[in-house]
Amino acid sequence: MTDTPAPRHIPDRLDTPLNSAIYSWEALLVAVAVAIFAVNSFASPYFLDAWSLSDLTFNFTEKALIALAMALLIISGEIDLSVAAIIALASTMMGMAVQAGAGTPVLVAIGILVGLGCGAFNGLLVTRLGLPSIVVTIGTMSLFRGIAFIVLGDQAYKGHPSSFAFFGQGYVWWVVSFELTLFLVAAVIYWFLLHRTSFGRRVFAIGNNPVAAQFSGVRVGRIKFILFCLTGLMAGIASVLITSRLGSTRPSIAQGYELEVITMVVLGGVSILGGAGSIVGVVLAAFIMGLVTFGLGLLNVPGIVMSIFIGLLLIIVIALPIVWRRVRRERFT
Amino acid sequence: MDTTAQLDPTTEQPLAAAPRLTLAGISKSFPGVRALHDVSLSLYPGQVTALIGENGAGKSTLVKIMTGIYQPDTGTISIDGQAVTLPSAHAAFGHGITAIHQETVLFDDLTVAENIFLGHAPRSRFGTIDWRTMRKNAREVLDTMGAGHIDADARLRDLGIANKHLVAVARAMSIDAQIVIMDEPTAALSLKEIEELFLLVEFLKSEGKAILFISHKFDEIYRIADRYTVFRDGEMVGEGLIRDAGQSQIVRMMVGRAVDHIFPQRKAEIGAPVLAVSGLSHPTEFDDIGFELHRGEILGFYGLVGAGRSEVMQAISGITRTSSGTITLEGKSIMPKSAADSIDAGIVYVPEERGKQGVVIGLPIFQNISLPSLKRTSKSGVLQLAEEFALARAYTERLDLRAASLSQDVGTLSGGNQQKIVIAKWLATAPKVIILDEPTKGIDIGSKAAVHGFMAELVAQGLSVIMVSSELPEILGMSDRVVVMREGRIASIYDNKGLDAETLVKTAAGIAA
Repeated sequence: MTDTPAPRHIPDRLDTPLNSAIYSWEALLVAVAVAIFAVNSFASPYFLDAWSLSDLTFNFTEKALIALAMALLIISGEIDLSVAAIIALASTMMGMAVQAGAGTPVLVAIGILVGLGCGAFNGLLVTRLGLPSIVVTIGTMSLFRGIAFIVLGDQAYKGHPSSFAFFGQGYVWWVVSFELTLFLVAAVIYWFLLHRTSFGRRVFAIGNNPVAAQFSGVRVGRIKFILFCLTGLMAGIASVLITSRLGSTRPSIAQGYELEVITMVVLGGVSILGGAGSIVGVVLAAFIMGLVTFGLGLLNVPGIVMSIFIGLLLIIVIALPIVWRRVRRERFT
Repeated sequence: MDTTAQLDPTTEQPLAAAPRLTLAGISKSFPGVRALHDVSLSLYPGQVTALIGENGAGKSTLVKIMTGIYQPDTGTISIDGQAVTLPSAHAAFGHGITAIHQETVLFDDLTVAENIFLGHAPRSRFGTIDWRTMRKNAREVLDTMGAGHIDADARLRDLGIANKHLVAVARAMSIDAQIVIMDEPTAALSLKEIEELFLLVEFLKSEGKAILFISHKFDEIYRIADRYTVFRDGEMVGEGLIRDAGQSQIVRMMVGRAVDHIFPQRKAEIGAPVLAVSGLSHPTEFDDIGFELHRGEILGFYGLVGAGRSEVMQAISGITRTSSGTITLEGKSIMPKSAADSIDAGIVYVPEERGKQGVVIGLPIFQNISLPSLKRTSKSGVLQLAEEFALARAYTERLDLRAASLSQDVGTLSGGNQQKIVIAKWLATAPKVIILDEPTKGIDIGSKAAVHGFMAELVAQGLSVIMVSSELPEILGMSDRVVVMREGRIASIYDNKGLDAETLVKTAAGIAA
C-alpha cells in the first residue's frame, strides 16, 4: 500500500474507452469475421451476392435469437440445455392447433406461450428447489422432446395457413428477411437490458458472486427465474420462425440446436463460468457461425463434417477466451 | 521452565519428563503484520498443553509453523532434543506431528480406512494396495481407541463431525504420531460428543503422546489440560502448570495489554430508541434475543466464536428467517424477508466474510459500491453511470480509499481497502442502522484506525451502529453498551462505564464473575 496523503482524487477510469475497445474480445471477433468473409469471397464466386448473403442469415437467426437470452442466463451462472426440446414441443403444439383449425395469430400465441411456460418450469425447478440447472435442463430436454415424440410418433404436422409462412420466409424490405430484422431488433433490446439497466448489472453481480449479491439486496432467485422465462420465450419465438420456414413439424425438429446456441454464446466472449460477457460479442459470434457454415456449404462440405467443425469450434472458443484474458491481465496489471 | 520431575498428587506419576517438542525464539511476520515475536512452547509426552489467547493472538500461525505450512523467520524447532526443520506439511507428518482441526481436513468421499491410511497404505506383493490388510488394520486402530463403532468401510461423508475427529485421531495413531495438535476440536460438537472426545484425549495421554490443545472454553481447559501457555498479540506472556493458575490469573494474562491503539474520542448524543428487537428466536442458532439500539449509539456484541452473534444479525437484516420474535424500527414493526427488504427499511448488514459475502470480485469498484443502491442511482431501471461514479467517489474519498481508479477490479485491492469498499457500499444506501460484523478482522492497523474513525463520524451524524467483534480492545474502545452472547442467548448487557475485559471474557465463557 502507498502512503499518499489523503483525501485524494480517484479517477473514474484509467484506460480510455477507445483503447480498451481495441484490445477487446469483440475487436478480435470483428477481425475473424472480416477474414472469413474474405476467404469465402475468394473460395466461391457465388458468395458475394445480395441474395446469397441474405440466405446466409437464415443459418443463424433462429439460434441467435435464443443465444441473446442464453447469454444473460450463462452470465448469471446458469445454463439451459432444453432450448431445442422447447422448440420441438412448441412446434408440436402449434401443429396440433393447425389440425384443430387455428388461425395464424393463435398459432403464434401458442408457440410463444408454450416456450414461456417451459422456461418458467425450468426456472421454478432451479430457483425453488435449488437444483443445478445443468441437471434440471438435461431432464427437461428429454421430457419436452419426449412429449413431442409421443404426440407425433413418426408423423408430421403439415397444412399451416399460408399467412403463417411470412415469419420464416417473408422479407421486410428487398433482401432483408423478417427473421434478420427480428434478430437485430431483439439484439438491441437485449444489449440495452444487459448493459444499460440495473437488471443487467444485477445479472453480472449474481454471476460473479451470488452470495454477496444476495447480501447486497439483489433478489437472486427472482432474477434467475426471469432469465429462464426469457430463454424459454426466445425458444418459443424461434419455434414459430422454424415451423413457419419449414412449413411442417417433426419431433426431431431443431435437434442439436442447444449446442450451437451455447457455442455462439461462448464464442461471443461470455464466460462459461458466469460473470462476464457482452451482447455485441454474441451478435458478432452469430454472424461468424453463419459465415462459416454457409461458406462450408458453398464448398460442398457434407453436414457430418460440419458437425465435427462445430465441435472443434466449441472446444477452441472455450479455451481461447481464457488464454486471451490471461494475456490481457498481464498487459494491464 | 521446570524440566525437573514433579509428582502429580493425584496419580503419583512423574508429571514432567524432557519435552518432546520444543519451539524456541520463533518469530514470524507477514507484510504489515507481526504475527509472532520470539515465542517459545514446549510439549511433553503424556501431557496436554493448552494454548490460550484471543483471536489474532498468533495461535493459528504457530500451528501452521508446527505443521510445516509456514516457515518461521527466526527460531528453532527441536524434537527429543534434536533440531529439525519442517519445510513442508509432508516433513512435519514425517516427524510425527499431526493436527486435528476445528473442521477436519479429511476426504469426504473416501472410506474411513482409506482416510486413515492415505499415503501409507499397506501394499501387496505386486505394489497394489492391500485392501484386506488395510481394512483389518483400520479396524484394529479404531478398536484400540475405543472407537470400534465406526465402520471402516463407511464413507467419511456419512459420519458426524465427532466421528470424523475420531478418524483423524486414528490416522494420527496409524502413523504413530507422537505430537498431536487439536485446534478447537470441540467447537462443532455437542456436549455428549465433547465427553467422548475427552475420553480420547485421556487415551492419547496414556499412550504417551504430547498434545497441544487449543480452546477458548475455560471449563474444557481446566478439565483436561496439564499445562498452559498464554499468547497475546503474537507474544508469549505466560506459561505453567494449570493447577497452579486460577482462571482470573489466566484471563488477566490474555487481555492485560498496553494500549497500542488510540480509539477516537467522540461526543455523540445518545437519543431515542431506533431499533427494538424482542423475543427473536431461531430453531437452532439462537433463542429469545431482545435488545434496544438508540440513535447515535454504538452497541457492541461480544461472545465466543459460535455464540450466535452473526446469525442474529443476519436474521435482523433479512438474510435468514426466524421462527418467532419482533423487530421494530422507529416504532414500525418490520419483518424483512430478504436483504432487499431490510435495505429498503434502512437496516444494512456489513458481513464478516469479506471475500465471500461482501465484495463482488470481478466487478469494478464503482459497481460494487452502487450495487445495493441501484434503485436510487438508476432512473426507471436505466443505469446512470455519472450518478454511480459520483456516489462511489463520495464514499471512497470519505473512507480514504487507496485505488488507481474507480473502474479497477476490487480483486486487485488489499484486504483493508476491500473492507473500505464493503463499508462504503452499504453506507451509500443511507441507512438508519448499520450492523458491522467483525469490521476490522484481518486488516492492517492503519485501515483499522480509518474504520474506527469513520464509525465515530457515523454516530455523530445520528446513525446507530451495531458492532459485532471478538476483539476486546475494539469492543471496549468503541461501544457505548456491550451485549455479551453465550450459546445462542444474551448472557448480559453492560454499560461501558468502567467495564473491564475480564468481566466480558468471563461472561462469554460462562464463568461466574
